[in-house]
Amino acid sequence: MESIALIGMASIVTAGLTIGIGAIGPALGEGRAVAQALSAMAQQPDESNRITRTLFVGLAMIESTAIYAFVVSMILLFANPFWDYVISQAGR
Amino acid sequence: MDFMTIKEISPDQVIFWQWGIVSVSGTIVFTWGLMLFLVVGSVLITRRLSTGVSLSRWQNLLEVLVGGMGHEIAEISRQDPGPYLPFVGTLFLFILVSNILTVIPGFLAPTASLSTTAALAICVFVVVPVYGIRRRGLRGYLRQYIEPTLFMLPFNIIGELSRTLALAVRLFGNIMSGTKIVAILLALAPLLFPVFVHALGLLTGVIQAYIFAVLAMVYIASATRAQDERSREGEEKGENA
Repeated sequence: MESIALIGMASIVTAGLTIGIGAIGPALGEGRAVAQALSAMAQQPDESNRITRTLFVGLAMIESTAIYAFVVSMILLFANPFWDYVISQAGR
Repeated sequence: MDFMTIKEISPDQVIFWQWGIVSVSGTIVFTWGLMLFLVVGSVLITRRLSTGVSLSRWQNLLEVLVGGMGHEIAEISRQDPGPYLPFVGTLFLFILVSNILTVIPGFLAPTASLSTTAALAICVFVVVPVYGIRRRGLRGYLRQYIEPTLFMLPFNIIGELSRTLALAVRLFGNIMSGTKIVAILLALAPLLFPVFVHALGLLTGVIQAYIFAVLAMVYIASATRAQDERSREGEEKGENA
């Protein structure tokens, strides 16, 4: 197979797999965190401000793993260094 | 007013002006525009402050912002917010305004570029030891790296570096993904659906500005606070004994 086709195919498939698999863990984690925070808020409504703030910080920390996966897949799709290299070689 | 195409993931790649190897990218233009906006705005508002009962609505806005930030900082660090407010507040305001201004068509948020977020994260990386040393002295600050044992030294250093990287990539990824998803949806399902996603992106931007400031404050607090607690514990022990 031609190297352009191979690299294009590998990039697209890997980008999909990256964000697909990378979203599973953070989704489960965020679901757990929100569920725990909701039950904590139901038990102590007075503390809901503090719980919400901690929840947001925690969610952002959990979510960042998904964001890393997303950044990698975006780089594979839009700023792929291997693709650029092959294109520059082909243009020569 | 479309500076970025869908293939570019960062405003770094938008070149406005080039002379030899010196180039002015979209990031620089919009960062300086934003700084100008913030500085001129604050100067205009604070030029005539009133201490009376009636105050202008802009002064009210600034008072709410600054007072709210000071309150949050005091609550997180359990210290006087005075020394931390200028740094953390500036970070918060810059990121917040940059993220909110993405509603303006043609505005490229500087925070959607990894260069800007890396610079902000490096600022935090540098400022944390400065506050720590100023508060606890050089020995006291360096001691926290070898606690609880000397073997934790490499892990503490790695942790310091990795949290800086995480700070930069988190902000960049969130803002970049917000704008990029809107662009992709515009190509797929135009008109109505991208509006909702854009609104969600605004919410994410505000939350991320808050998160960045809170995390910076948490890092500073962890570098400055440990000694106070230990000395307080020591006092209590001494009293008990």
